[in-house]
Amino acid sequence: MPQMKNLAAILALCAAATVHAADIKVGIALDISGPFSALGAEARDGFELAIEKLGGKLGGQPAEFLRTDFGGSPEQANQLVARYLQRDKIDFFTGPIGSNAALAVGPALFAARVPYLSSNPGPSAYAGDKCNPYFFAQYQNDTYDEAAGKVANEKGYRNVVLIAPNYPAGKDHLNGFKRLYEGAVKDEIYTRLGQIDYAAEIAQIRAAKPDAVFFFLPGAMGINFVKQFVGGGLKDVPLIAPGFSADEDVIQAVGEPMVGVLNTAHWTHDLPGEANAEFVAAFRKKYDGRYPSVYAAMAYDTLMAMDAAVRDAGGKVDDREAVLKALKKPSFKSVRGDFVYGANNYPVQNYYLREVGKDAEGRLTNKLVGITLEKHQDAYVGACRM
Amino acid sequence: MDAIFVFEQLLNGLGYGLMLFLIAAGLTLVFGIMDTMNLAHGSLYMAGAYVAARVHEASGMFVLAVAAAALVTVAVAALLEVLVIRRLYRRDHLVQVLATFGIILIADDVVKAIWGVAPLMASTPAVLAGPVQLAEGLPYPSYRLLLIGAGLLVALGLYLLVNRTRIGMLVRAGASNRQMAEFMGVRVGTVFAFVFALGAALAALAGALMAPISSVQIGMGEAILIPALVVIVIGGIGSIRGAFVAALLVGLVDTAGRAFLPPALRAVLPPAVAADLGPALAGIAMYVLMAAVLTLKPAGLFPARA
Repeated sequence: MPQMKNLAAILALCAAATVHAADIKVGIALDISGPFSALGAEARDGFELAIEKLGGKLGGQPAEFLRTDFGGSPEQANQLVARYLQRDKIDFFTGPIGSNAALAVGPALFAARVPYLSSNPGPSAYAGDKCNPYFFAQYQNDTYDEAAGKVANEKGYRNVVLIAPNYPAGKDHLNGFKRLYEGAVKDEIYTRLGQIDYAAEIAQIRAAKPDAVFFFLPGAMGINFVKQFVGGGLKDVPLIAPGFSADEDVIQAVGEPMVGVLNTAHWTHDLPGEANAEFVAAFRKKYDGRYPSVYAAMAYDTLMAMDAAVRDAGGKVDDREAVLKALKKPSFKSVRGDFVYGANNYPVQNYYLREVGKDAEGRLTNKLVGITLEKHQDAYVGACRM
Repeated sequence: MDAIFVFEQLLNGLGYGLMLFLIAAGLTLVFGIMDTMNLAHGSLYMAGAYVAARVHEASGMFVLAVAAAALVTVAVAALLEVLVIRRLYRRDHLVQVLATFGIILIADDVVKAIWGVAPLMASTPAVLAGPVQLAEGLPYPSYRLLLIGAGLLVALGLYLLVNRTRIGMLVRAGASNRQMAEFMGVRVGTVFAFVFALGAALAALAGALMAPISSVQIGMGEAILIPALVVIVIGGIGSIRGAFVAALLVGLVDTAGRAFLPPALRAVLPPAVAADLGPALAGIAMYVLMAAVLTLKPAGLFPARA
């Protein structure tokens, strides 16, 4: 009776599969190779820590966290999301670092009614006319730079050169800076995404002789830019940046030349608050004493938000309306402190000024200086009809 | 746009061009002499960069790192020659392209298995991290000067080797007419192996020198292979002199495109449009150069075979 045996095996498999399918499935698109690899690795560490803290569950229910690297490529992200949706039937999605990948995968996720909690990018398109109830942001790209523009005013920089990679977030970041900055923009340089050699651009900056340089170059791009900037003899020109160009990954790789770089962010590891203190301590314990970056913090927060939403929705993740309602009114303690979502699901929150310096042990890191923008909302919310 | 700005861009273009030459020299010799299309040449460049970055990180000695990169890469290349390339010499180009493309895929996965997917951050040697004051108002990164110096030195050495030594004569004979060289009793197999190892050493040297100013990552070999192929096509396949001139041309055109086009476009177009158009146009500058050269001289600037 071999057929019967086979049939039994198939039935057993089916049974196993249905048990499996009852788990809540979270699709995480890891970004650990490609142009954003250093940032993606930080985010991965934040996810891992959160999964550990949650005991592999969401809202007390068994959950499965699918993790696949997509190498920062929007095309690969699209394929991965198609697989997550069709084969794995995910209930939540998060992970991409780049705005280009976020914009690429959004439509398929929204059509499949899968909530996409961004663990990093906040592209302007999803904040304005393309806003969607299934997309939740951590910040809007421009806001970091609006804060930086305000800082540049306060520092009295009368003219600046701006530099960013030529992709959606690069444009958002430079637009954000120009929105609140009152001085003159001497030059606005867009580079290839993932560019490593900045000799041509540094020569342009030298020729422009600005009071300060504002650079949005996350990850390896920023590391190389600052090294070559200093190597090119421009170390007396002040650098100002959104937090992404001056976070732990960049600071540790560049070293001393980073001291004094002003940067803005919606979170910092020395921000007061119980949830943050707990997160930073756990992170430093798990990862050899290194400080978490904003990417790790956002990744951690994203899973905490999912956990709270599943609990608040009574564990019924198939009831998308209930899940969205719960996500919109988060009941968890965020590491960034209190925030509320605006009409476009982008947060209204504080933005802080940080300065790179040394901690008590002599380790280079960001230090909180103060609040730059209080309860700040993005500029695109008016265009959102939701 | 002042003279210093233009001069600095010329230096940048020269540095990039010389590094391209190191890669293209090996590629053009292998293609010209052995009539073998070796797409895996870029993988040797990648191997050199990875080995140099790791040895430099571990030992803190840059010279040792460069030497180790060259040695390890030559060893890898020798293995590759014996196992695969040697079997391809007499096959047609399609087979060679398929086989060496396969090697690229394997090499990328081997690197992934050994060093992981995350790019390595190679640092410049500490003594060369700062600028050198070349002229009033022109501090120039000292590491880039080293690149230019090393590139010129290697180019000179290669020129002497090819034009003034016995082995060089055999290499030239092989490049201009392989069959005739064989009839005259040249041990073509030995010359092939020597040229392949030499090409690998040059690629590794370029990888090791470029590591601190580029990202040491999987796929870096494929990215550099395309401009290197453009260089050997412009220069004329098999010609070292052609590769040298073409590499400098491509280096200068590419840098000039990146440095001068975007500001020029911004002067006449709105910044958002210029931002999209500038890098795109700069990126195609070297292909325009190739098309122009091939229109005028279909065999390249200095064809090795008359």
